[in-house]
Amino acid sequence: MIDEFTARRVTADPERARHLLLQMLRARRFEEKCVELYSAAKIRGFMHVYIGEEAVAAGVMAALEPEDAVLAIYREHGHALLRGVLAGAILAEMYGYEQGCCRGRGGSMHLFDAATRFYGGNAIVAGGLPLAVGLALADKMAGRDRVTVCFFGEGAVAEGEFHESINLAALWQLPVLFRCENNLYAMGTALGRSESQTDIALKAAAYEVPAWPVDGMDVLAVEETARRAVHMVRAGGGPHFLELSTYRFRAHSMYDPERYREKAEVATWLERDPIDLLRAALEAAGELPAKTWAAVQGEVDSEVQAAVEFAKAGTPEPVEDLTRFLYTERGPK
Amino acid sequence: MKTTYREAMRAAIREAMTRDDRVFLMGEDVGRYGGCFAVSLGLLEEFGPERIRDTPLSESGFVGAGIGAALGGMRPIVEIMTVNFSLLALDQIMNNAATLRHMSGGQFSVPLVIRMTPGAGRQLAAQHSHSLEGWYAHIPGLRILTPSTLEDARGMLWTALQDPDPVLIFEHGSLYNVAGEIADDAGAVDIDTAAVRRSGRDVSLITYGGTLQITLDAAEPLAQEGIDAEVFDLRTLRPLDDAAILATVARTHRAVIVDEGWRSGSISAEVSARITESAFFDLDAPVGRVCSVDSAAALRQAPGTGRTPLRRPRRRRGPGGGGHPWVTS
Ligand SMILES: Cc1ncc(C[n+]2csc(CCOP(=O)(O)OP(=O)(O)O)c2C)c(N)n1
Ligand SMILES: [Mg+2]
Repeated sequence: MIDEFTARRVTADPERARHLLLQMLRARRFEEKCVELYSAAKIRGFMHVYIGEEAVAAGVMAALEPEDAVLAIYREHGHALLRGVLAGAILAEMYGYEQGCCRGRGGSMHLFDAATRFYGGNAIVAGGLPLAVGLALADKMAGRDRVTVCFFGEGAVAEGEFHESINLAALWQLPVLFRCENNLYAMGTALGRSESQTDIALKAAAYEVPAWPVDGMDVLAVEETARRAVHMVRAGGGPHFLELSTYRFRAHSMYDPERYREKAEVATWLERDPIDLLRAALEAAGELPAKTWAAVQGEVDSEVQAAVEFAKAGTPEPVEDLTRFLYTERGPK
Repeated sequence: MKTTYREAMRAAIREAMTRDDRVFLMGEDVGRYGGCFAVSLGLLEEFGPERIRDTPLSESGFVGAGIGAALGGMRPIVEIMTVNFSLLALDQIMNNAATLRHMSGGQFSVPLVIRMTPGAGRQLAAQHSHSLEGWYAHIPGLRILTPSTLEDARGMLWTALQDPDPVLIFEHGSLYNVAGEIADDAGAVDIDTAAVRRSGRDVSLITYGGTLQITLDAAEPLAQEGIDAEVFDLRTLRPLDDAAILATVARTHRAVIVDEGWRSGSISAEVSARITESAFFDLDAPVGRVCSVDSAAALRQAPGTGRTPLRRPRRRRGPGGGGHPWVTS
């Protein structure tokens, strides 16, 4: 059943809805391929996939300008991809190859890309928040109207760096958009088992930061609120905070037997798959003919396939280069 | 002209702020209060609150913000009141500042300077007495400076700010009031090399930072006993100036390392290891060390010295000939 509100939003701008559908599907198919390649032992290291949460990244990336900055956590393949990092460069990075976006040094958890101002890929929970504050401080001091968007999980909310960063950003009225991806679990710890107050937006509001909870499975809602929040931040309105409620459909990492949640709970959330929801709405509105949907899928599949070919052809960085880039190379004294 | 270590540091900050708009100072009480060691006193009036930026008590937050600002094109100087509180920012220093350039395959660098005060200056008990500069020197990706003279206090900061990578400057608390003469045009100094502060033939006393003066003082009574000590200032704990260390040992054939850090796993251990690895056959005697006892500092534990938890040197005959008395701990 498509509710009337969703139907109206889809018909209002079907082009935009189809764009968001494509973006979510790119992240989904890419992640599915990553899981397959991990199982085939092509990808190494820790890996965390974003399946189920695609609407969160897709919605905000659509609202950003190229000169804005993005920071994310270790579950960031989707963020990097939708920000514009090439799929092949991401996958080669996970293979540990020199052709990867960081020469194969960081792998899945540490994607960086200067060209799209993508600042990681941080594997320390909440470790990226202070960096976001600093990037925004630099913009403010230099008088630039850029926005820094910082993604983190609800697990980060229990860390001191969360509170320190929100406070600093609010105190100094910095152009940061904080995006909490509340997927209800930090590894195996449910939100209610780690927070005395589970209303996360309320915590940000306590620092005088405008904060909203958003349905993170409704990509149109995510995009709409992101657009407004980004606009406010860019216009000098200080930091803003969005709490996206979402759910990860897969295990926390590739080593997680998922003993901490019920299958029934997962099944309930699967019914709110953000891709299925939008696809159904578009179809109901007559805005996604079978041919168009097939074309969208075809486009995504070829992108993923090309990425795999690119990654497979990669080569590891020579071991002698291990200490390269530890320090900036200096010219002769 | 006459100056103090504190004034030399302040002059260095003032010069950097004047020469480069991207430079700013941030930390707890650097502005209104004037800095907890009064280093930045008066700078708020001169440069305003944007560039002399007071922060809340959020070491991890503002150190990380310094890293982010450096990524964003600024040249921040972050002051952490003392090394003891830097432990709350260790995650940012180690996991972000030190790794971002390497981890991003050279795409991002972090041109940040962090200043802090180490040392057990005035009987401040266990939580205010740490000397962790050697610890920080353990971390690849950082550069660790320990200015011990007025010239270095005046000149290391500018050079550190020109470095595209993170630099930590340790200003030993006992040095701020040291007064003396400095050239009117004193300015930037190199941050790559160690320095011989007193030439000698019989033994190299290798030290840095807050223990340089104590070591120089110790060289005098030694001279009266006929031991001509060379006093060697490491200046930079990471990367170490290996060539200069080996050269002093080649001249004197004996080395004693004086280090306010704890003995076990200290920078003195590292220097000693490098000497024995690379200059073993130059040595006439085992390397000696004078370090802090492996213990938490106590308020009143060293009657008579009253200043630092450094163990007073014991004397014994050095093994391996030469006949000089040997200082060890
Ligand atoms: C400071 C820190 N503590 C612990 C960990 C181990 N760890 C990795 S992911 C994770 C859960 C984080 O959950 P959340 O922030 O909600 O993000 P999600 O994985 O749900 O996307 C933990 C505890 C870590 N990486 N960093
Ligand atoms: Mg979570």
